[in-house]
Amino acid sequence: MCGIVGLFLKNKAMEPQFGPLLAEMLGVMTDRGPDSAGFAVYGEKAPGSWKMTVRHDHAASVAAALAQAIGAPVTVTARDSHSVLTLPETHQALAREWLAANCPEMTICGDGRSIELYKEIGLPAQVADRFGLRAMAGSHGIGHTRMATESAVTTAGAHPFSTGPDQCLVHNGSLSNHASLRRMLIREGMHFSTDNDSEVAAGYLTWKMAGGATLAQALEAALTDLDGFYTFVVGTETGFAVVRDPISCKPAVMAETDDLVAFASEYRALTGLPGIAGASIFEPEPARVYAWEHA
Amino acid sequence: MEVVDLSVTGKTALNQRLHHLAHHPGEAHWRVLNPDGQHSLAVGLDAPITVEIAGHAGYYCAGMNKQATVIVEGNVGVGVAENMMSGTVHVRGDASQAAGATAHGGLLIIDGNASARCGISMKGINIVVKGSIGHMSAFMAQAGTLVVLGDAGDALGDSIYEARIYVRGQVQSQGADCIAKELRDEHRAELASLLSQAGVTGVAVDEFRRYGSARNLYSFHVDNASQY
Repeated sequence: MCGIVGLFLKNKAMEPQFGPLLAEMLGVMTDRGPDSAGFAVYGEKAPGSWKMTVRHDHAASVAAALAQAIGAPVTVTARDSHSVLTLPETHQALAREWLAANCPEMTICGDGRSIELYKEIGLPAQVADRFGLRAMAGSHGIGHTRMATESAVTTAGAHPFSTGPDQCLVHNGSLSNHASLRRMLIREGMHFSTDNDSEVAAGYLTWKMAGGATLAQALEAALTDLDGFYTFVVGTETGFAVVRDPISCKPAVMAETDDLVAFASEYRALTGLPGIAGASIFEPEPARVYAWEHA
Repeated sequence: MEVVDLSVTGKTALNQRLHHLAHHPGEAHWRVLNPDGQHSLAVGLDAPITVEIAGHAGYYCAGMNKQATVIVEGNVGVGVAENMMSGTVHVRGDASQAAGATAHGGLLIIDGNASARCGISMKGINIVVKGSIGHMSAFMAQAGTLVVLGDAGDALGDSIYEARIYVRGQVQSQGADCIAKELRDEHRAELASLLSQAGVTGVAVDEFRRYGSARNLYSFHVDNASQY
């Protein structure tokens, strides 16, 4: 089944409320996905700095060695099983290279100027609490509650998936042609870290955007190339988009006010949002790309 | 009037109180506050009562309804009035997918739009949608009437049996075995009656086109094998 949520704040003054709002939405979607949960938050970004959300038992000591190796400061913010490493953007490629060679057991969940990405096995409310979502500020973000169908219940198999800088995707549904797409994308130089069909969808969009497509154009292309059931909510550094397969197998409802745009699998998850009583509430149409960008 | 606040009372308790009326007549007018999109509200009713839901409802609202009038002052999720037998369900906002699915009787009025698969496998229900409907509506519809004041999406009436469909706007495409048919006086009368029951005024019945079954797929015929 799975539950997905997304929140895009138009009103900058509301950014401190982002965490509590997304946590509430995620908690309501527990009925649709009690196996595991995850979320990505586009939070504060310091000019010139790069954030890597990683999973490793000894992230702090790895970070110290990394700092020495790349010759640049690396700060560590630990959050339960995940840590955010912050380093100069100029050194991020070097850092990735060093980590891949010297600490292959470290999982990079997501990285970029703004994104932080957390996921774990367990009930969504517990996952949100473990990572302190309620205390996070953000401009936009997405979340997922998983009821696994295509691959195992593992931390790595939980959503969101991030396959490119500041990009992430959550998926409700299942893809039929993920194996052939995966082969094609691997030939194109993409790397995948799980057997999950949704990671292939994320990788496909990353590949399209790396080729120059906008987020909306990448999603338009996905409508042709992806086969199966899907409702996707996708985030980029400044954007937020939604698309459903042409049959619209999976539920979706959206709300828009002057202050925000919100997505959820079910309306129940939107009831706690400020201004919901006066919001424009609509069901996204099949095979139509909805996208919003921060200026 | 009985007022039930769902922020205080659980929906199972509400449904149990409404079910009790099937065998123990009582309060005829109910108002449900703070529905907040909860699923399965006012399902399985079997009494001549009116239930007003003051907000948005979730899935299967007023499913299996018999006799009752259920008014939703907002949107509804998937499967509103599914398998309704009789009575009236009136949605003041939009309906999600499969509105009125498999329903045998009664009247479903949707003031806004209904999304995909509206009236799928309908078996006698009358549905009036004042907005537009999504794709695959009236799929395998067997009996009843679907009236749409707006447009219809792809594959309208695919594999339809005997239901009648009236559409005032554009039909994106017709499904297998669904054809446009002549609007005769008996249909004008039926349409006028349904529009009046749904409170629609100022719309002429001749603005609608009628669609129904070409009856080519009823019995297996090898020449149609690709269409099944």
